[in-house]
Amino acid sequence: MTIKTGLGLSGLLLAGITAGAFADAAPAAAQDSLTIVSWGGAYSDSQREAYYKPFAKDFGVKVTEEEYNGEIAKIRAMVEAGDVTWDAVDVDTRTVLGGCDEGIFETIDYSKLGQPKEKFVPGAAEECGIGTIVYSTIIAYDANRLNPGPTSIKDLFDLEKFPGKRALQKDPFVNLEWALVADGVAAADVYGALNTPEGVDRAFKKLDTIKSQVVWWEAGAQPPQLLADGEVVITSAWNGRIQNAVKNEGKNFKIVWDAQMPDFDFWAIPKGPKNLDLSYKFIAYASDPKVMANQSKYIAYGPTHTDAIPHIAPEVLADLPTNPENLKTALTLDSRFWADHRDELEKRFNAWLAQ
Amino acid sequence: MTTAITAPTIVRTADGVPLKAKLQRVERVRRLRAFALVAPLLLFIVVTFVVPITTMLYRSVDNPELAANLPRTAVALKGWHGQGLPDEAVFAALAADLAEAHANKTAALIGKRLNYEIPGTRSKIIATARKIAEVEQGPYKDVLVKIDPTWAARETWAVLARTVRPVTSFYLLSAIDMRLDADNQLTRIPSSDGGIFLGVFWRTLVISVTVTSATLVLAFPLAYLLASLPTRMSNLLMILVLLPFWTALLVRTTAWVVLLQTEGVVNDALLWLGVVDKPLQLIFSRFGTIVAMTHIQLPFTLLPIYSVMKTISPSHVRAARSLGAGPFYAFWRVYFPQTVPGIAAGCLLTFILALGYYITPALVGGPTDQMISYFAAYYISEELNWGMASALGVVLLTATILLFLLYSRLVGIDKVKLG
Repeated sequence: MTIKTGLGLSGLLLAGITAGAFADAAPAAAQDSLTIVSWGGAYSDSQREAYYKPFAKDFGVKVTEEEYNGEIAKIRAMVEAGDVTWDAVDVDTRTVLGGCDEGIFETIDYSKLGQPKEKFVPGAAEECGIGTIVYSTIIAYDANRLNPGPTSIKDLFDLEKFPGKRALQKDPFVNLEWALVADGVAAADVYGALNTPEGVDRAFKKLDTIKSQVVWWEAGAQPPQLLADGEVVITSAWNGRIQNAVKNEGKNFKIVWDAQMPDFDFWAIPKGPKNLDLSYKFIAYASDPKVMANQSKYIAYGPTHTDAIPHIAPEVLADLPTNPENLKTALTLDSRFWADHRDELEKRFNAWLAQ
Repeated sequence: MTTAITAPTIVRTADGVPLKAKLQRVERVRRLRAFALVAPLLLFIVVTFVVPITTMLYRSVDNPELAANLPRTAVALKGWHGQGLPDEAVFAALAADLAEAHANKTAALIGKRLNYEIPGTRSKIIATARKIAEVEQGPYKDVLVKIDPTWAARETWAVLARTVRPVTSFYLLSAIDMRLDADNQLTRIPSSDGGIFLGVFWRTLVISVTVTSATLVLAFPLAYLLASLPTRMSNLLMILVLLPFWTALLVRTTAWVVLLQTEGVVNDALLWLGVVDKPLQLIFSRFGTIVAMTHIQLPFTLLPIYSVMKTISPSHVRAARSLGAGPFYAFWRVYFPQTVPGIAAGCLLTFILALGYYITPALVGGPTDQMISYFAAYYISEELNWGMASALGVVLLTATILLFLLYSRLVGIDKVKLG
């Protein structure tokens, strides 16, 4: 082949590739679409059944799901770049508060939701987010391997009574509070202590006692997997994931509700979405008490709307973190503390981990 | 009239143009055509290689947050000499800027940047901005100090004076565990306070060297076997080597998790054989990281050595033997020196790739096995701290270039052959 033919052919090829690339970027069909981001695993499965599928059917909207692990940085990046592709994000309390300070979430207009603010559980109606579930961080163990199993948070740090590896979330959140409680600090004084450098040092020192035995998890689906593999004997987890493994996979896991840390998840809209009205439509639908009550059928997380509770079956209610039986020794989250100190505590935690 | 010296006859082509000029023209056209063929690749390299690296260098010193959001304070602080506290004009400028920041919701951004240097400042900036927005008029110095005592601390103002400039040394210094204190002196950051990066760089180097050596030890005999077998057998074995190479990286790493975990295949086999009576900790440890990385990097070391070995004629060793050399002597003095270019290429490739590893140590390594790329990725995806991530990248790039220069001094860059 001569050089001329070669050049001609490669020019044609280049044109073809460019045309193909642009063809992909062409706008889609007339149907409205929504991208909703959540935490994946059993939790996203429950949201799909309770919210996405009925919403798509009733409103004729195409719902695309995406996953993330709570990284506020991804939302920051999108808003800064001005190209927001996520229409609604499921965020935890410290993210909704911290993000609101930074102006990366839309301020929620409660009149558009059709639900009065007062009907929501206290703490669930925030400036930049509307609460969707009550979940809790707990510790769990495999009853087939540990019999009798741990009964209090102190047992997590007791390597003699319960030898073996533990799994904790790769985040100072909750781990620092648990370290202080296990070290003898009263539940009400935990955040007062964490506000002082000595308190933080004390928490890290307590964590040092089990550090060599800890496997660190990042995704919510890892703790039940680590328990099932026998990789660890006790793990911290989000309660619904463990209960899902018990219900749907027949595992003999048990939850220790002592020092549980209940928290809300919120629906938030990153600032500058493509279709603000559609985002509001979805959140309004998901905040309807009857629809919200449906989700507890699929995963053991409680509703945030007070009118939803009567719609939930009693046996489902018993498994929720909000069951008064389970709330007896629960900790109370200070989300303002975490919104303010998240960055520096995470930095300290990573430095501690790397050594 | 003087007789003209006979000029040398100029050779001309059929159309009267001097041959020399015509030759030059043809050469120029040929060079242009060659350049046109290479131009797309050059453009590709410039766009995907030079541009990102330049952007990374720029981001590691870029400091836009405060310069953009505290403009009056930036100007006012230029006049501050650094001793004691600034005067009322600076406090007034800060009050005006923070009131505006509160209105524009940029106070958290300012707080975030200052929080990097002085932990705990984020909440103070947000609270100060909120409160100062309600204050109508000065004098501002006492008002600000009453809102938060940090405004009476010289260190806060020293940090502020440094941070309002558009360019900063903070990220690059942090990447090598240094910082500037209140008097603008260089001090080390202790490891308990976040000064972990030099240790992590060293760890990255050690792991890369270990993996390179391990792959070399495994690859050399394997390459020799592949090069000396008859073609059909050699091709079959080569497919076995390349098959894992063609599998996705994540799949291979996950396969190692299944093999090495506490109740995994390896431990079960060892227990069944009676070699150990308790499962070994193979995963989430340095051992697991090295093994998985060696497995993934093996083809990278193997293939250059194999291609170079393929070009060595077997008659060389036969000739040496026939001249009286023993088997090892013939191998060491005749065969091995000819394979050195391939070894150099394979080892260089593996070493540089290993320096940048992130996924494999994250999945099979423990917290003390994380390499430098993990931290760069953490800063981007968890904190969106481009400055810190870029600074780590710059230090890694510099270290890699220095090591490469050392390598080429030892081995000689013209001696590296990929086949």
